[in-house]
Amino acid sequence: MESSRIQASALIVREYQDDYSNWNADMSLADYLKASNVMGIDELDTRALTLHLRNRGAMRGIISTDITNPDALVAKAKNLPSMEGCDLASAVTTEKAYRLVKDIPIFIQEPLSNDLFTARGEKKSVVAFDFGIKFNIIRLLEASGCEVIVVPATTPADVVKAMNPDGIFLSNGPGDPEPVIYAVETVKALIGFRPIFGICLGHQIMSIALGGQTYKLKFGHRGGNQPVQNKVTNKVEITSQNHGFAADMESLSDSDVEISHINLNDGTVEGLRHRVHPVLSVQYHPEASPGPNDAQYLFDEFVSMMEHFTG
Amino acid sequence: MPKRTDIKKILIIGAGPIIISQACEFDYSGTQACKALREEGYEVVLVNSNPATIMTDPETADRTYIEPVTPEAVAKIIEKERPCAILPTLGGQTGLNTAIAVAEMGILEKYGVEMIGADVATIKKAEDRELFRDAMNKIGLNIPRSGFATNLDEVKQVSDEIGFPIIVRPSFTLGGTGGGVAYNPEELESFCKAGLEASLNTQVMLEQSVLGWKEYELEVVRDKADNVVIICSIENLDAMGVHTGDSITVAPAQTLSDKEYQQLRNASIAILREIGVETGGSNVQFAINPADGEMIVVEMNPRVSRSSALASKATGYPIAKIAAKLAVGYTLDELKNDITGETLAAFEPTLDYCVVKIPRWTFEKFPETEDYLTTAMKSVGETMSIGRTFTEALQKAVRSLEIGRFGLGSDGREVDNLSKTDIEHHLVTPNSHRLFYLRQAMKAGISLEAIHEMTKVDPWFLHQIKRICDMEERVRVAGKGIDADLLKRAKANGFSDVQIGVLTGTDEEWARKRRYELGIKPVYKLVDTCAAEFEAATPYYYSTYEEECEARVSDNKKVIILGGGPNRIGQGIEFDYCCVHASFALREEGVESIMVNSNPETVSTDYDTSDKLYFEPLTKEDVLHIVEKEKPFGVIVQFGGQTPLNLARELKAAGVPIIGTQPESIHRAEDRDEFQGMLKKLGLTQPESGIAMNYDEALIEARRIGYPVMVRPSYVLGGRAMRVVYSEGDLEGFIYEAMEASPGHPVLIDKFLEDAVELDVDAISDGKKTIIAGVMQHIEEAGIHSGDSACVLPPMSIANRLMDEIHDATRAMAKELGVVGLMNVQYAIKDNRLYIIEVNPRASRTVPFVSKATGIQFAKLATKVMLGKTLSEVGLETEFVPTHISVKEAVMPFDRFPHVDTLLGPEMKSTGEVMGISDDFGMAYAKAQIGSGDDLPTEGTVFISVKEGDKGQMLPTASLFKALGFTIMATSGTSDFLKKNGVANVLVNKVSVGRPHVVDAIKNNEIQLVINTPSGTSETTHDGYKIRRAALKYKVPFATTLTGAMAVARAIARLKEESFDVKALQDYFV
Repeated sequence: MESSRIQASALIVREYQDDYSNWNADMSLADYLKASNVMGIDELDTRALTLHLRNRGAMRGIISTDITNPDALVAKAKNLPSMEGCDLASAVTTEKAYRLVKDIPIFIQEPLSNDLFTARGEKKSVVAFDFGIKFNIIRLLEASGCEVIVVPATTPADVVKAMNPDGIFLSNGPGDPEPVIYAVETVKALIGFRPIFGICLGHQIMSIALGGQTYKLKFGHRGGNQPVQNKVTNKVEITSQNHGFAADMESLSDSDVEISHINLNDGTVEGLRHRVHPVLSVQYHPEASPGPNDAQYLFDEFVSMMEHFTG
Repeated sequence: MPKRTDIKKILIIGAGPIIISQACEFDYSGTQACKALREEGYEVVLVNSNPATIMTDPETADRTYIEPVTPEAVAKIIEKERPCAILPTLGGQTGLNTAIAVAEMGILEKYGVEMIGADVATIKKAEDRELFRDAMNKIGLNIPRSGFATNLDEVKQVSDEIGFPIIVRPSFTLGGTGGGVAYNPEELESFCKAGLEASLNTQVMLEQSVLGWKEYELEVVRDKADNVVIICSIENLDAMGVHTGDSITVAPAQTLSDKEYQQLRNASIAILREIGVETGGSNVQFAINPADGEMIVVEMNPRVSRSSALASKATGYPIAKIAAKLAVGYTLDELKNDITGETLAAFEPTLDYCVVKIPRWTFEKFPETEDYLTTAMKSVGETMSIGRTFTEALQKAVRSLEIGRFGLGSDGREVDNLSKTDIEHHLVTPNSHRLFYLRQAMKAGISLEAIHEMTKVDPWFLHQIKRICDMEERVRVAGKGIDADLLKRAKANGFSDVQIGVLTGTDEEWARKRRYELGIKPVYKLVDTCAAEFEAATPYYYSTYEEECEARVSDNKKVIILGGGPNRIGQGIEFDYCCVHASFALREEGVESIMVNSNPETVSTDYDTSDKLYFEPLTKEDVLHIVEKEKPFGVIVQFGGQTPLNLARELKAAGVPIIGTQPESIHRAEDRDEFQGMLKKLGLTQPESGIAMNYDEALIEARRIGYPVMVRPSYVLGGRAMRVVYSEGDLEGFIYEAMEASPGHPVLIDKFLEDAVELDVDAISDGKKTIIAGVMQHIEEAGIHSGDSACVLPPMSIANRLMDEIHDATRAMAKELGVVGLMNVQYAIKDNRLYIIEVNPRASRTVPFVSKATGIQFAKLATKVMLGKTLSEVGLETEFVPTHISVKEAVMPFDRFPHVDTLLGPEMKSTGEVMGISDDFGMAYAKAQIGSGDDLPTEGTVFISVKEGDKGQMLPTASLFKALGFTIMATSGTSDFLKKNGVANVLVNKVSVGRPHVVDAIKNNEIQLVINTPSGTSETTHDGYKIRRAALKYKVPFATTLTGAMAVARAIARLKEESFDVKALQDYFV
């Protein structure tokens, strides 16, 4: 499990299999969707749908069991709010800070402070901003020797500073980064304070905080086979991706920002560093789950950044 | 990193003849590599003994050596060509082994040749069991626990370490004989006793049994910058215990969770790094315990393989081409993905469809061997199909198999009401029909749990087959009233019109009409490596039943080429060669070429061979759909062997424009009465013949014709159930066998022309003029299937008058049949008379051989002729008879089939062929023998044992061997005869007389060559059988015909004069 609930609004597949077979399975997909009250459709020409999105670009969609008139549905879909300009992170972020214990968030009742980290010295203390965080990020941070406290997206910079962590993590999350102004401001205030590691939306927020801009990709990067080249080593890593917006390379070109990773399919920005400040962010998902594990080294780099940070 | 400029000339080693486990996938990979390297400006030198390959076309490489793929020959080529580098990873296991041997001979070092792709240390680390185990342990991976034992004490010791159940594998046996799975010490002892006895070096390997575990393969590509990508995951439907080449496989893997898949992916990458495969493609096999997900590594191949060919076709990612470019220094991010034309080769393909491969077996050719599947591969080919769902792909694959089936059951060809015991037996013991028994078991009400227990086939697959069964019932219940929704669902589950016809109590035509009335037609989707993420530049299609069709139909003049389907004995790579040439010719003529085929191993199904590729079953239904979509100018049916020919008449009747020789002419040559009428009209002679519907009629006919007679069923391929009958006593059994092979059809009885010389003639005609492409004289006498006989071009001993007659007869028949394109005639000459045995107005198996021997691409020219050009317009004015001698030799699969006799007969059994070229017959024949794997001795002892009637004719051969300094050894009858005729010899006991006997002598390495002609009976208890099997097992070359023995003697005579020389094909035609 990567979060406490299904995040997608619906699931569309070409062919649904009710008869699962895996030693580790205990429920069918349909039962799981039902239990979460999420709609599923099968027997759709999903390839045709993909081609449609590829040619026309990502768009709003609607699925209905009530209205069967296509025109009425299209009209309704057009009235749905566009993802562009919409702050979805605040809708999915945690209300309270928590620690993840055995995949269950244990909420922190006391005020956020310096005392919350219990393994200082032994482990690197990390404050993780939740814009829609995947649990596997927390697991991998912990596996790399970190103690993680997840905080709401709107947590102000001075609160983070008061917590006195060794590093700050900016999580993935849905939607357009531009309207997440509060987070951008927070990040601006934290750059240079401690090493920061951002993934996906966290990376986009970092880009804006460093003076860049983001834009909407035609149909985004999706799937577990996206090739990314590390510009430092020139090595290619196969990555898991799911994003519709990207950082604009031009907008970052004059700053102290260094493009550390690019997407080999379309040459877009996949990662950045800062020449002065300890900042590391990637557009893709090094935590995989699902997807390939090629980029897990980034968690170690973050830890190493924290170890070498002298303020 | 850009390509290397310090190397200019690269030697590629091919895989040699088609054998079981090494089929035309290596022509596909080798051809891709040659093209890829030449595209980069490297000079490519190629060695391969197989003339039926595209890679040995003189245009494919710069320097082409059709020479034996042996260390000696390769050493000579290196000495002559001085390549900078050798690429050993594209020619299968043969290529790899040969390269290692050449390296160990010191040749590479001597001439400064670098091994690229994989070096010797890497190859050894992957291939040597101990080194591999150490390597795997080092990176924390497990392989099955195993150990060797040479006696029962050691067996005990090793088995204690492994734990039961244990797999016993005798080292160096034929076709995996003598092994088994032991569940307790008692069984272990019994298996080991048998295994030690069967093993050439008295050794057995004991291995932890992972039978029943799930089996997976990952195809991996790595470059020298250490970038690694997984091209494809493949899951075996058959659990561990059945060789992956004999398993039904599915891509991508279907029953793994993401976590499990990533575990395999990580392990594969770690393995490539640890083994040290610097660049190129590799294949890693895993077993997973279905109970708890435990993973072990089964093996890895540091080269392109059968599976990588499958993975390339399944994904569109050209592994061999990329591997070749990586070997010369490129990295993955520097190479383009040809399919999209935009993105790079550094990515992992995504499949939005399901691919199923089913192996093609030919157990019917080897009745002495039981139809069991084990860890030793027995299939001779495979078919692949693509569908949007597993059920669709599975049923399409079944109807691509060319076994007369139109889906998984309910196609009117199913044996019903099988007993439960029979079904269960076929479930428990893997066999070539097990897939059909899975369905039978469900029909018989056996629970899926029980079926899983018996087969270990994953429940997921069983549920899929259950879906097919359920759909079958729904269609049956609906009957003629079937509605659009159900019909479309049935089609989407892969049901053919034949099946729907059977299920609705109608027929294929009705089903088709009904479907069209309801507007249900297939759409075509693209194989694009990326699940529609990017636009695809290459049109590679498969059919399915969905909404959107992606076929881009042009207004160009276009021609559809129907391919040959899966390789099987009697129809192999030769026909794919012709189809590929047709495609090349169309391109040269500016005509759009469209290939239809279902064989993933071939060059014809490479995405850039034709302008368009439809990866589809070759059935009437599937072909008509494509024809309707594309509306071609013409369809070529004469190149793909029997598969498209069988469709020709139906296609024409449905209004499809067949170009070249018309189906009526093909029929006229096949129909007995029409054919006889034609010969009579032309004044040509056929051996006396008759037909019989039962034994009594056969008896009368045989008497009228006079013994010996050739008995054969009608309407079968490759000489199935064909026999020479010498006396009335033998007739009955063979007649019944022939009637069984083709029920309801007459048995054909022909006069057998004993000791006649047989000839194969290929010709090309434009409808007006006919030119002989090549006349080939068979080495073996009449009665041996032309596909199994060695032959020589030009012929050696045919009088001019008869050659003239052959030319006249060929021209007359071509004219009479209206041949436009290629034609093959088989003649026999007895007592200076010419007999017509058979005429096939289509491309024959020998077309590639003739083309290589003459340097003329006949299949290409024939294609242009079919488009309407005359022979002179395509530049062919007269017959060309080369001055050099070319010999073709067949390669037999006997070592794969326990208990099978090694005799040649009228039923074809060979899987492939090799070619030997030289300036004289002896040397050309010697090269062909060496190429086929026979190490001809130049000294030692020749054992001779021939049947009574052969003794006189054997004398010159025996004398020649004597003159060559060989010791002659013989059993009593032959020995006496030889002595009487002045040939000194050593007497040895027959097996039936007592020990030490001839088989002991073979085992003791006292015999270097065996000449043994059959005595007529096929008893496996017979001495001759034991001698031949012993020779096979101990790899002693043997001849089973007198003419073959004489040819061997002449070859050895030449080898004693000088060792063979190597010469590039390009130098024969300067």
